[in-house]
Amino acid sequence: MDQTRSDIALLYRRAGFGALPAELDVLATGGYPAAVEGLLAGTGTAPDGPGDALAVPVFAPYVRSTAGRGTPAALAAARARNAQLRTELAALQSWWLDRMIVTATPLREKLTLLWHGHFATGVSKVRDAGLMYKQNQLFRTAGAGSFETLTQAVAKDGAMMLWLDTDTDKAAHPNENFARELMELFTLGIGNYTQADVTAAARSFTGWTFDRVTGQFRLQARQHDTGSKTFLGRTGDLGGEDVISIIVGQPASARFVAAGLWSHLAYPVTPSDPVVTDLVAAYGSGFDLTAQLRAIFLHPAFRSPTTRAGLVKQPIEYLVGAARSLGLDSRLQPAGTAGSTPAGIAPATSAGSAAGAPHAGPTLATLATSLAQTPFDPPNVGGWPQNAYWLNSATALARLRVATQLARRADLSAVADAPVAQRPGVVAGLLGIDGWGPTTLGALAQAAPGPEALVTLALTAPEYVLN
Amino acid sequence: MTDLPTMLPEGQHRQPRRIGRRQFLAGAAVTAGLGVAALVEQPWHAWSGAGAPSAGGPLVLVTMYGGNDGLNTVIPVDDPAYHAARPTLGYQADQTLPLPDGLALNGKLTGLKRLWDAGQLAIVRGVGYPDSSLSHFESMDIWQTANPPDGSGTGWLGRWLDATGTDPMRAISVGSTLPPALRGERSAASAVVADTVTIGGNPAFQTALASLTGAGPDRGTLAATVARSGNDLLAVRRDLDRLHTGRAAPTAPAGAPRDLTGQLGVVADLIRAGAPTRVYQVSLSSFDTHSDERADQERLLAELDAGLSSFLTSLHGTAHGAGTVVATYSEFGRRPAENASGGTDHGTAAPLFVAGPTVKGGQFYGDQPSLSRLDPNGNLVFTVDFRSVYATLLDRVVGVDPSAFLGGRYPTLDLV
Repeated sequence: MDQTRSDIALLYRRAGFGALPAELDVLATGGYPAAVEGLLAGTGTAPDGPGDALAVPVFAPYVRSTAGRGTPAALAAARARNAQLRTELAALQSWWLDRMIVTATPLREKLTLLWHGHFATGVSKVRDAGLMYKQNQLFRTAGAGSFETLTQAVAKDGAMMLWLDTDTDKAAHPNENFARELMELFTLGIGNYTQADVTAAARSFTGWTFDRVTGQFRLQARQHDTGSKTFLGRTGDLGGEDVISIIVGQPASARFVAAGLWSHLAYPVTPSDPVVTDLVAAYGSGFDLTAQLRAIFLHPAFRSPTTRAGLVKQPIEYLVGAARSLGLDSRLQPAGTAGSTPAGIAPATSAGSAAGAPHAGPTLATLATSLAQTPFDPPNVGGWPQNAYWLNSATALARLRVATQLARRADLSAVADAPVAQRPGVVAGLLGIDGWGPTTLGALAQAAPGPEALVTLALTAPEYVLN
Repeated sequence: MTDLPTMLPEGQHRQPRRIGRRQFLAGAAVTAGLGVAALVEQPWHAWSGAGAPSAGGPLVLVTMYGGNDGLNTVIPVDDPAYHAARPTLGYQADQTLPLPDGLALNGKLTGLKRLWDAGQLAIVRGVGYPDSSLSHFESMDIWQTANPPDGSGTGWLGRWLDATGTDPMRAISVGSTLPPALRGERSAASAVVADTVTIGGNPAFQTALASLTGAGPDRGTLAATVARSGNDLLAVRRDLDRLHTGRAAPTAPAGAPRDLTGQLGVVADLIRAGAPTRVYQVSLSSFDTHSDERADQERLLAELDAGLSSFLTSLHGTAHGAGTVVATYSEFGRRPAENASGGTDHGTAAPLFVAGPTVKGGQFYGDQPSLSRLDPNGNLVFTVDFRSVYATLLDRVVGVDPSAFLGGRYPTLDLV
């Protein structure tokens, strides 16, 4: 494979979910820099024809329970809410996975996934699929603008406020949850603040609340601590917005953000890594994420062997990439068939009703869960760890089962039509990777007589499991 | 195969029952038609370094993610400072299960109270470490690695795995992710979601799969780790197949067990079947109770209580379960002073539970941290270094010299 084509294939695996062979044919003629600019243009509010055409799930409005605590009516209402949440969540997961599969703006969808892992928020505590959708849209529209704008918006996002308890932060006894994770995981990194800064930041966020009925952020003045606080060396009656502005302006924050993006797009680094020094200038005083991303994709090390050997596909990346290559949708149906219209989006009626029940049988979302990555439900506020986290005997078994399901449902006639000896190479092209190493090639050759077995094994080969 | 016992290390206490099982299993390997490679690697003989079965065990670690509130688990109900710190979250004595020393168990821990009364539950109080981190991730990392001076980042049990060969049955974690504690430089515990592994496909597929997961000199570090995870899977399947030979085939569930009782059920099945596993790991999440703590923690403690009680009950009187020791841990306890969200923020020292038929239970180990002498952040000051607990478990349960794996000597507790 020629170098430009290989580089663009890498770029599309990292900045998106992989390019199809026909897409690579076109992109390769334009060259690598043009491919980078093409991806960067598809962010913010840029249209996404096929992605925008997917029907967005319907979410029932929030209703405050009026039943007395512990009464039969309250228990029945809780059961109905749980059933509704399950239905809505399944529809939301399918919608997003389908969007990742069909999108014409892959970098924007990749950034949405990246920010979901970075500002990791879990539906298991938020328990509101509509709020998870709103947060997802925030990542989609604001994910390549200013990091400060993004962080300010995330801080006032309903799902985040419920997730990290900003919603109940009161002047008398501040809750440290959001203040600590904001600095440790979202913006600065451990070692760049003290416990006194956590306490001061928690006081600054007191009085922040989220109105479940209107879906709006609100400052409850009576609960806000208006006293003087000293935070990262600044003293005054600081509010939550001030705290975020102060943090984002720290040089350590720029390095933290650059290291985080590089770690998810190229290979894992710490903020002290020399490559980070090359990246922060582009980010600059405008905290410009698009400029930061351009600097990453155009950095010589991005196309290095270290990058190519540096990341394991997260299960969502793995599944979406495989579904794209094999022409399947989130229901594991052939893309574009009647069965592929987003189902399960009928508004939930009542608990136990069959109407609006999620699709039975495996879906891309249930396969993702079996691989230890449930969309909208990270293991904790730290998001999903990388690389070794995805590699153990249980995930190896899950990957085999997933690969079996995908290969069974895919149309493999292109593989079957090729001479047996050429089939491993055909599968590499189909899956968008450069090729197989000798060890893998030897194994795949043994399975080549059966297209389904061949593709199953290819999907579990190290060359494909790596990104 | 009758010469098998002579392959045991010199001086090792012999247990005829176990030797018989080994003979049986080795024979089963032949009749099952396993290849030569499978017979060359005899994992059942690897125990001299990995810890002698006669030392007791297995060890079952229960990871409680999120930072369990120790003060509302083992509760200082007689201490006025507790009630001052917990005006809404505090428990009154009559809502709890009484223990000595003015302490009490959370009312949800009825099964653990029965174990305490039966002398099979020990409580180690005030477990923590110096300069405790209030970060989930840093503190959990310290607990999982035991912070060795070499800064290698390997798990405390991962180093034991590195030192004792490659057999993937030595340590088993239930669930689809493997905690860093069980990962070494070259070796890792197995992760399973059930006590059996079924992989479909015809013989040609199986052969190709074995080739695919074999070592390849052309593969880089991460690619080799991918292959090794597949190779570990095949080794686990082989060993589980041997273990179940002659028994009714267990049915493999579709996914990982959701609750602690289900996870521990897998462990109990493996122990009863005579698995040579020295260490198991199961986990329970969502202890990060910054808000609405009362209901959430009670639900989690009830799950812990049900899981541990049914697990130990199910092993009662079994041949292989007699030495089982369960130990719980969490990355930290929580702040004594409650916040305005009906929850508590990140804290430091906390009690942990050690339970099992051989545990010297019904008593406390370590001193209760004082609520009137808190650290500058308003947190408890630890009284027992967690590495003393690890040293105890390595020495008395796993049966190995702890200092080799903890980067130093820590006094052991006389609790097993």
